[in-house]
Amino acid sequence: MTWHDRMKDGRGRLSATVLLAALAAAAPALADTPVQVAAPPGAAACSGCHGPAALGSAIPSLENHAAADIAVQMQAFRNGERSATVMGRIARGFTEEETRAIAEWLARPEAERHAQP
Amino acid sequence: MPSRRVLLGGAAASIAATMLAAPHVHAQARPRVVVIGGGFAGASCARALALLNGDIAVTLVEPETSYIACPFSNAVLAGLRGMEAQTFGYDGFDGIALIHKRAAAVDTERRRVRLDDGTDIDYARLVLAPGIDLNFEALPGYDAAAAEIMPHAWKAGPQTLLLRDQLAAMPDGGTVVISAPANPFRCPPGPYERASLIAHYLKTAKPRSKLIILDAKDTFSKRSLFEAAWRELYPGLIEWVPLSAGGRVTEVDPATKTLVTEFGSHKADVANVIPPQRAGAIAQAAGVADRTGWCPIDPVTFESRLQPGIHVVGDAAIGGAMPKSAFSANAQAKACAAAVAALLREREPAQPKLINTCYSLVAPDYGISIAGVYQPRDGLLAEVEGAGGVSPLDAATDVRELEAVYAEDWFRTITSEVFG
Repeated sequence: MTWHDRMKDGRGRLSATVLLAALAAAAPALADTPVQVAAPPGAAACSGCHGPAALGSAIPSLENHAAADIAVQMQAFRNGERSATVMGRIARGFTEEETRAIAEWLARPEAERHAQP
Repeated sequence: MPSRRVLLGGAAASIAATMLAAPHVHAQARPRVVVIGGGFAGASCARALALLNGDIAVTLVEPETSYIACPFSNAVLAGLRGMEAQTFGYDGFDGIALIHKRAAAVDTERRRVRLDDGTDIDYARLVLAPGIDLNFEALPGYDAAAAEIMPHAWKAGPQTLLLRDQLAAMPDGGTVVISAPANPFRCPPGPYERASLIAHYLKTAKPRSKLIILDAKDTFSKRSLFEAAWRELYPGLIEWVPLSAGGRVTEVDPATKTLVTEFGSHKADVANVIPPQRAGAIAQAAGVADRTGWCPIDPVTFESRLQPGIHVVGDAAIGGAMPKSAFSANAQAKACAAAVAALLREREPAQPKLINTCYSLVAPDYGISIAGVYQPRDGLLAEVEGAGGVSPLDAATDVRELEAVYAEDWFRTITSEVFG
């Protein structure tokens, strides 16, 4: 039985508030390293296609895009307003809330966005 | 292992452990994660782990000093691309202890990997990314020696060049036979992209030739798109024989390059036998593969259902609805790295969402794609409904051209991220 199954059994489940308190308490130990922000669900996969601008790829780089801009484009892909090859099929797999979280993470400087839990 | 007992001990104990364990991790020896396998899955996972604040020590075990990528190797077969474009080194792996040895065994009790030179490496958690092994016991007549005559070319490298050279040496009017396996196998659209690009080569260089696909299935990935493109680009050149028409190959004879099916036999000038596959050998040795030959995993953490402390990513894992692709391997590896780090820090791993995108070339300027979004459901990675799918059947020429460009740029981007 894995850790995840145990969590589903309800044993050892942490409420969000308690977990946040625990994380806050642990934070000072990380103070000497750059602040990193957890990749929200799905966000780490984007770089499989969208690379640094310096690559000169036909697939647009997401560097230097504001979060609001990315979220609006994803919305347009999702509802078909913007035509696409694969992005419509991918955007429909995420809720508006998930999309916003991904967009905000992608808009952060690279040093802050590693796939940390 | 103390952390597991703590996790079972309820919320209060977990919180105490979280507060106490994190400073401990920083003050004393960093926990070591060993990753076995330096392909798309393993190399991605090692790099993602090494980027996590540096509080995890990462060792990558990979016997080869360079990696030859399978995606786009079908273009090498058709003479459209050189092998150097498929070959990547491990020079940019800063912060990772890279060991070019073969992992021989795993002691799951002591949490220790034994290398083929007898060295032991202790791990806090182990990530297995061994890819596939060709199952040389599954098809009578087909073993490693037979593969030198009837290449599989399903692991890119010398086998790719062997098949390419056989195609180049074949006289005009020859017959190429591809044997495609039953599911699951590495790269579901791969045999059909291969048929397409070989057909492109034959149409260009040897137009009186023919290509037969003997298939152990009655359908395949992106089938309607492939079949429409074959009718348009290669009329009369490709014949697909499904399972129900006797397509399943039951035996091969390398001496005569003959493939035997339930309904008859086919003598080939060039025979490409893509045999059944299973998880790489170390997965069997570590006890993480089940009777199917593949590795059942928890879809949140990628931890083995059979051996605690061992995670499996990429082609070797049972990915539910996710196909065995380089994109899947990369996406799974990053999600697994986050989960491994969470577990080492006594935190709850987040529920992941994963993406897959696979391009196939039907011709050098004609690309098609499949995409999907996945999340854990009922203990497996399941497709998010309403998302995903394949390129439209009625797309215009410029869309096919664009997807061919995207295919190539996807490859440049992902290999730059993984090996760059």
